[in-house]
Amino acid sequence: MILLNDVCKNYQIGSETIHALDHASLEISKGEFVSIIGPSGSGKSTLMNIIGCLDTADSGDYLLDDIPIEDYSETELARIRNRKIGFVFQSFNLIPKLTAEENVELPLIYQGVKKNQREERVKAALELVNLTKRANHYPTELSGGQQQRVAIARAIVTEPSLILADEPTGNLDSSTSQEIMDIFLDLNEKGNTIVLITHDNEVAEQAKRILHIRDGRVSEVKG
Amino acid sequence: MIQAFKMALKSIGSNKLRAFLTMLGIIIGVMALVILVSLVSGTTTSVEDQIDSLGTNAMTVTISDNKGNPISMGDLLEWTAKKEVGQVAPYQSENLTAKYKSTSTTLSVYGTTPDYYDVQGLKLLLGRFLKTTDVDNHTEVCVINETAATELLGLTDVVGKYISINGISYKIIGVLEDDESSLTSTFKKGSKVAYVPYTSLIRLSTEVTKELTAMYVSAAEGYSIDDAETAVTDLLMKRFENDDDAFTISTTNALESTMNNVSSLLTVLLGGIAAISLIVGGIGIMNIMLVTVTERTREIGIRKAIGANRRVILEQFLMEAVVLCMIGCLIGIFFSWVVLKVISLVVSGMNMGFTMNIYVVLIAVGFCFLIGIVFGLFPANKAAKMKPIDSLHYGG
Repeated sequence: MILLNDVCKNYQIGSETIHALDHASLEISKGEFVSIIGPSGSGKSTLMNIIGCLDTADSGDYLLDDIPIEDYSETELARIRNRKIGFVFQSFNLIPKLTAEENVELPLIYQGVKKNQREERVKAALELVNLTKRANHYPTELSGGQQQRVAIARAIVTEPSLILADEPTGNLDSSTSQEIMDIFLDLNEKGNTIVLITHDNEVAEQAKRILHIRDGRVSEVKG
Repeated sequence: MIQAFKMALKSIGSNKLRAFLTMLGIIIGVMALVILVSLVSGTTTSVEDQIDSLGTNAMTVTISDNKGNPISMGDLLEWTAKKEVGQVAPYQSENLTAKYKSTSTTLSVYGTTPDYYDVQGLKLLLGRFLKTTDVDNHTEVCVINETAATELLGLTDVVGKYISINGISYKIIGVLEDDESSLTSTFKKGSKVAYVPYTSLIRLSTEVTKELTAMYVSAAEGYSIDDAETAVTDLLMKRFENDDDAFTISTTNALESTMNNVSSLLTVLLGGIAAISLIVGGIGIMNIMLVTVTERTREIGIRKAIGANRRVILEQFLMEAVVLCMIGCLIGIFFSWVVLKVISLVVSGMNMGFTMNIYVVLIAVGFCFLIGIVFGLFPANKAAKMKPIDSLHYGG
């Protein structure tokens, strides 16, 4: 379902060229739960940006659902992010002015889903993360774990092909982290494809498959 | 679109004080525009009403160059023979000293003919006006107005008494009502006027001669003042060798159109100044929108990550600028309405109606909308162009 082949991405910092991704290749199938682990500066974020269609590679192929994501325009990338990818970030990235419910609703609005359908799907997504009672709360009125659950609801509400989580437990204590991981495991159980990027071994271990990234290259560790 | 509108209201509502301060420029601009233009149009209407009350049925003809062919009393018969011309009253005035017993004052003394009464729409309080025989015989009689009577004789019931004008004894044959609403100088409040036969004034004054240089002309029944003007112009052109600089004809229509010119000039001028203040208000909005875009870089990144494209972001911020402008505009219109009401109450005695001019309100609304778009476009475009990866990691 996800196929990266010889992907390179370079950054120019001053006169120095950084090879963030150096001929990285990986393949992830539908329904997998994959952790990508690596120290900071290893190219994790770059990989995540490319898989998440937030950025495009300099060279190499990237196929998402057998569609090559190469020379896509910004608008086309936005459409793919909206329909195929659900993001969960380390710092939750909820919009503070909107309630939990409205945050979850947002990607559906961008998709052009009708109001009554939106309401139904938002309700279902919030139920799945067990936050129905907090639907009308603003992010500042929620705990870190609750905020991350709202973010997960927002990621799954569009029924994406891929849930992409970037250090989702990085800002949470260990028991809350486990709650979040349990949700991910549960989602994977239900058939969702999950890619989790982390530097925490304990978190990574819970995935069925672990990929290691170092100096812009990807290698298999477990699976 | 509706979503963008709701979103805009939400973000404006989340920082009310800032939103209000941002709108202040627009509010003041709209108030300036609506109030000033409404005041000008209100004043114009009331002045026009006064001009109308003067009677649009009379015109003034002045001869500046008679080309050795002066107009005499007899020539006026030729004027009245025209079917469009009603009455013709030659007149001449001079300020002269009048005395009654030990009191003396300066009167504006008008030498004229009986027709003057109708042409000018005068009203008698007591006695009678001049008669043709008075003019023919250059009788020493005069008609004075109320103000002159009270000033000189201390009362208005003065018919039959004698006053002396420039040392010559004149019999008062009538007293005229003061008409305070009138605009012409002869009727201005506080002015003291005496009317004497034209022929008598020739004797009183060194400057007034038999040569007529000024007359009031009215239109005949069934004809407009413009018809009469054409007829008189025709006549005078023939007389003065087609030289239209030899005479001037002014009607109240001309007065009205001058008034209109002045008021539209004023409207454009004041409207222009107000428009400048609106533009300044728009720049204020652009400023704050730029700050807002920077502040909300992260929000823009989040929105883009979950699938908002450029157009959606552009729409959102543009909508916010336009909504900000329109709310400011509505507040401005409301306050203008309040201010105009207050002004109307204050000047209610002057019978001037300062109502809100609906056209200027529509113009203000349209202009604010335009300003919102024009000054919102730059910040909104800046937001739309942000790259999701850069903005997502902005500020942590």
